[in-house]
Amino acid sequence: MTLTIHDLRKESGSYLPGSAACPGCGATLAFRIASRVLGPNTIYVVPASCFSVIQSPFPKSAISAPLYNIAFPAAAATASGVYRAYKMIGRNVNVVVWAGDGGTVDIGIQALSGAAERGEDIIYVCYDNEAYMNTGIQRSGATPLMAWTKTTPTGKREMPKDMPMIVAAHRVPYVATASVGYPFDLANKFEKAKRIKGFRYIHIFSTCPPGWNSPVSKTAEVAKLAVDTYFWPLYEIENGKLRITVKPRKRPLKEFLELQDRFRGLSDEEIEELEKIVMEKWNFLLHLEKSERVF
Amino acid sequence: MGLGVPIIIPVSKPSKGSAGKTGLWRVEKPVVDEDKCIKCWLCWLYCPEDVITEGPNGFPQIDYTFCKGCGVCADVCPTKAIQMTKEEE
Repeated sequence: MTLTIHDLRKESGSYLPGSAACPGCGATLAFRIASRVLGPNTIYVVPASCFSVIQSPFPKSAISAPLYNIAFPAAAATASGVYRAYKMIGRNVNVVVWAGDGGTVDIGIQALSGAAERGEDIIYVCYDNEAYMNTGIQRSGATPLMAWTKTTPTGKREMPKDMPMIVAAHRVPYVATASVGYPFDLANKFEKAKRIKGFRYIHIFSTCPPGWNSPVSKTAEVAKLAVDTYFWPLYEIENGKLRITVKPRKRPLKEFLELQDRFRGLSDEEIEELEKIVMEKWNFLLHLEKSERVF
Repeated sequence: MGLGVPIIIPVSKPSKGSAGKTGLWRVEKPVVDEDKCIKCWLCWLYCPEDVITEGPNGFPQIDYTFCKGCGVCADVCPTKAIQMTKEEE
């Protein structure tokens, strides 16, 4: 079954307007669509991130679903506990961790790995804005190569962690990447994840206009270009089998880079190098798609 | 315990405008041209703030109390039916 815009419009979401999010925030856009698919029978667990600020400047909350705020490293462990507590009282709910990239890739990875290994029945969502945006744009393990942040003023020198593949190596039933530039693909991945039992992981590429210095109105366009230039390939790994869900015609990486000031000042050779890395990854994924099982 | 300290349970209640009337942040205002609109609802889909709803005449209606004026709706509109206009004093 494929969700269309009419299906999405019929559902009611859990996001209320007037939150503390910046204009053009990719995380709220992702949450709006995801919460419509997940439905009202959902409990969210949010570690320290932009989203903990967005959802609740006390005493009001911008999320109409039950939501639990927890310390940075404990999100996956808390979600495991929440799910088991509901199971004990005989209620079947979706337990969703909504974490940023810092809380997933760096600080939360231990609890995440533990929950994945135990096969907890939760959905772990990482909305990835590729740095610690909430505390003022510091580099994280998900910041791409050569990107400017306040702690990498001349561009990051290291490669980011390939988080979806790290989680997939735990042999969990469902791992997917998504982008706010492709909302239907995102919605359908949540629809699929909702129906699977076991540990599910969705990694969303989420534009951050203040952190990336991209135009506020281009939130969707930047996220779409990331996919179209193969910078952020969209794929899913279901029971070990990889499938690339969106195969756009390749556009030059320069189009994606020049929209964001965090990549300003890259020389032609550096862009060439990034292009080479991007193509290597894409060809590797095409190769994996042909094999029977990835993990 | 008799210490007279009030006990406050830190639970936030869901409400619109949790950060106040965010429409005040706006510099430019999106305006829908109903002659050009084809009701594809892409503006509704991409709006990060969930302020676009179906109006009484079936066209997109924007809640200006909370619209932050990011302009994503105008950017994704395939027929350019949404224009960003300067906010007047």
